[in-house]
Amino acid sequence: MSMLTPQVGDIPLPDPGPISTPYWQGCREGVLRYQRCLDCGAPTHTPALLCAACASMNLEWVDSSGRGEIYSWTRVWRPVTPAFITPYVPIIVTMEEGWSILSNLVGCEDNAVSIGQLVEVEFHHTGGPNDIWLPYFHPRSP
Amino acid sequence: MGHPFRDVAIVGVFNTKQARVLEGYDSQTIALEAALGAVADAGLEPRDIDGVVGGIASNFLYQSRIGPAWRSMSALGIPAVIEGAMAIACGLANTVLIATGEAGSYRQHASTAPWTRPTNEFVAAYGMFTAAEFALMARRHMHMYGTTPESMAHVAATIRNNGHVNPQAVYSGRGPFTADDVLNSRMVADPFHLLDCAMTSEGGTALVLTHADRAGDLAKTPVHLLGGGTDHYGPSYQHPPVWDLGGVRRPDLIAGHVGRRAAEEAFASAGLGPSDVDVCEFYDPFSFELIRQFEAYGFCGEGEGGDYVMSGVIEPGGRHPITTDGGTMSFSHGGASVQLFQRVIRGVQQLRGECISSQVANAEVAMCTGGGSGALFTDVLLLGKDRP
Repeated sequence: MSMLTPQVGDIPLPDPGPISTPYWQGCREGVLRYQRCLDCGAPTHTPALLCAACASMNLEWVDSSGRGEIYSWTRVWRPVTPAFITPYVPIIVTMEEGWSILSNLVGCEDNAVSIGQLVEVEFHHTGGPNDIWLPYFHPRSP
Repeated sequence: MGHPFRDVAIVGVFNTKQARVLEGYDSQTIALEAALGAVADAGLEPRDIDGVVGGIASNFLYQSRIGPAWRSMSALGIPAVIEGAMAIACGLANTVLIATGEAGSYRQHASTAPWTRPTNEFVAAYGMFTAAEFALMARRHMHMYGTTPESMAHVAATIRNNGHVNPQAVYSGRGPFTADDVLNSRMVADPFHLLDCAMTSEGGTALVLTHADRAGDLAKTPVHLLGGGTDHYGPSYQHPPVWDLGGVRRPDLIAGHVGRRAAEEAFASAGLGPSDVDVCEFYDPFSFELIRQFEAYGFCGEGEGGDYVMSGVIEPGGRHPITTDGGTMSFSHGGASVQLFQRVIRGVQQLRGECISSQVANAEVAMCTGGGSGALFTDVLLLGKDRP
């Protein structure tokens, strides 16, 4: 068993583009943001030009509650590059607003993960040329 | 209107030597060796080729001075074979060579292979690579249906044993393996142990298609394309691999079932169903993907794949033997594209009856596949001995 913590090594960091800049700016401000369609109301992530439900380009950025539950998970022992400390736990989280995000679980033992576990976002400053604050998720109580 | 591929036949196939490392080769030289091998297997000369598919095949086109010729840059397995067949069916070319190879591009193994980890701002920082992507799909299936690591391990052991008895496999003679061997190998990305996963290796492969009217005069028994299809949901490894990812056009078809539409179209085109398939040359990036494919293609019901693979159908001598040369787990996984053609190569060899190991007696229909759920695509090709 080991306590899951954010990665601190020289991991690959995001290089935001014109579509995703508001997302990363939100992370910098401590808010997880997603796109919502002004025509049909559906949520979209990852950042896109088109609504995932109706292909409208009429999208707005809104703040997420930052809360969700684990949809699926894996625990990695063979790191993608030596920069990653193992084990780490990639998760897909279904957010309260109905969209999905890929992240890593932190703040608990590595064997404490399960589908349905309630989680909440936290942000870690990784720096780099784009001043990235990376969203991770930790367990929460109902 | 007749069958779209009635006038097309696969007449040449060839794998070069496959190895963890092919000393003295680079990707171009091993691919050219494969190309010459496939042309010779067909009983043809380079000057008989008037169409090529694949970036490296352009070198063959130049070096053998067979231009001007038709060319496509399609590269990733079954879609390239279908495109070559379409070129012949449409009259754009008479005889098409498809060739690829990889050597020397991945020899420092501290990091996973480069083709497993494309850069993307929403996955790369979280340590994602193919094993983790596919594990997220497998874990969801385990949660929904109670699928077990033991059933996955049985798949891996079966495929690895096919490679164990294949003298041309990179891991020839490494077994035999039991499911316990797989379960006792070190964990890579839960639920996948090391032996649940594909390897990395080097090699070349090629095939030749020509007009069916000419095929009867050539060296080998022609093999026909009975049907094929490709299902894609978007770029691989850039977005969360969500089992329930759906689409607005066909909301009944989710990413967890990717390949179902392609298989339905292929079976409809062939006038066949799953029970008609004698050889399942299914792509095997991870053990779970075989379980998923049997469900996606309709061999069994949703959630029943784990029990299905344990029921005696997938082993040599079973009704639907899988991945008979050892696949990417034991035969070879030569990079970004080579292995995506090798299910087709093996399917052709099975229908010709020329496999040097694990030959399925009297095989009439082979189902060859590529891709997988974690990559958000699956391609399907049905091969047969009879002209459609």
